[in-house]
Amino acid sequence: MSRGNPRVTGVLPVALESAAKALMAVLNAGKEYVAVMKLHGDVPKSRVKEVMSEFVGPIYQVPPVRASVKRRLRTRTIYELEVLEIEGRLVLFRVACEAGTYVRKLCVDIGRALGCGAHMQELRRTRVGSLSEDWAITLHELSEAVYLWHEEGNEKAIRRAVVPMERMLSFLPKIIIRDSAVDAICHGAQLAAPGVLKLDSSIKAGDMVLIMTLKGEAVALAEALVSSKEMLAMRKGLVARTLRVLMKPGTYPKMWSSREEVVKGP
Amino acid sequence: MELKPPWAIERHLLVKAEDETDPRYGYRPEERPLDEYLRLGVVNLDKPPGPTSHEVTTWVKRLLGVSKAGHGGTLGAPW
Repeated sequence: MSRGNPRVTGVLPVALESAAKALMAVLNAGKEYVAVMKLHGDVPKSRVKEVMSEFVGPIYQVPPVRASVKRRLRTRTIYELEVLEIEGRLVLFRVACEAGTYVRKLCVDIGRALGCGAHMQELRRTRVGSLSEDWAITLHELSEAVYLWHEEGNEKAIRRAVVPMERMLSFLPKIIIRDSAVDAICHGAQLAAPGVLKLDSSIKAGDMVLIMTLKGEAVALAEALVSSKEMLAMRKGLVARTLRVLMKPGTYPKMWSSREEVVKGP
Repeated sequence: MELKPPWAIERHLLVKAEDETDPRYGYRPEERPLDEYLRLGVVNLDKPPGPTSHEVTTWVKRLLGVSKAGHGGTLGAPW
């Protein structure tokens, strides 16, 4: 704040212990923000709306000077850009965008397109993938739930405040596999066609997918090697490459054999 | 071309084969015993203005008494 930073609040996924492994999926997840932009000159409302509508679709952005990534021109997709309110030089808008879009930069670019200049004054993140603002909880609410759990032995509140990591991953297309295929995936194996029971439509090769059990547990994050259509028709062969194992090996029985027996503890 | 945010894409499940799951292994996520429920849990936190994402994450970790916590997508970086 002392540096004159804008107020920034909103959805922040905090993953506990093993759930932290699933965070790599969230980095690629689409985001939604509500922002206040301050224009540096007077522009008719209709022109602001017209110019902003041109920013929907693929846009070019150079990451800011202080960004943690390489500063080279890159493309980001703006899915939705909606002006909510204009009052004088203040513009309140909602933006749904691809991961890695800088909203502060977007405001500067809109200002340039308008000719008057602009900057971001306030930012609130209203969604990260499947986690949305409407059911996000405050630190205060979390500490109340912890109090009820510790002082009164009430688990209900804590089970409401903390959600299974699967809830954070539900925006990903999923592949549901047989019990017998689970442990091999937990050991890092790739997913072969015979292990697949159900799959989401609209998977393309290269997409990140969530491999799940029939009980709805996350097993691993993976990269689809073929499309849904091909996956559905395949009798053998690999369908997904495991990127990150989320389930502890040994949760399901070992139903696979390897040439070299893996030595495991009890 | 119609632009849809990833979370708004409608998907449906295609069935390739039928099978059952053995109730002796694993749990439905919401039925996990509490220690495992927390170990595989996520807080959809509404970050307040002021503290950094990192600071807030440390508070959550201490509050819940878990050994580790990480956050997804820093919110409040100075740009």
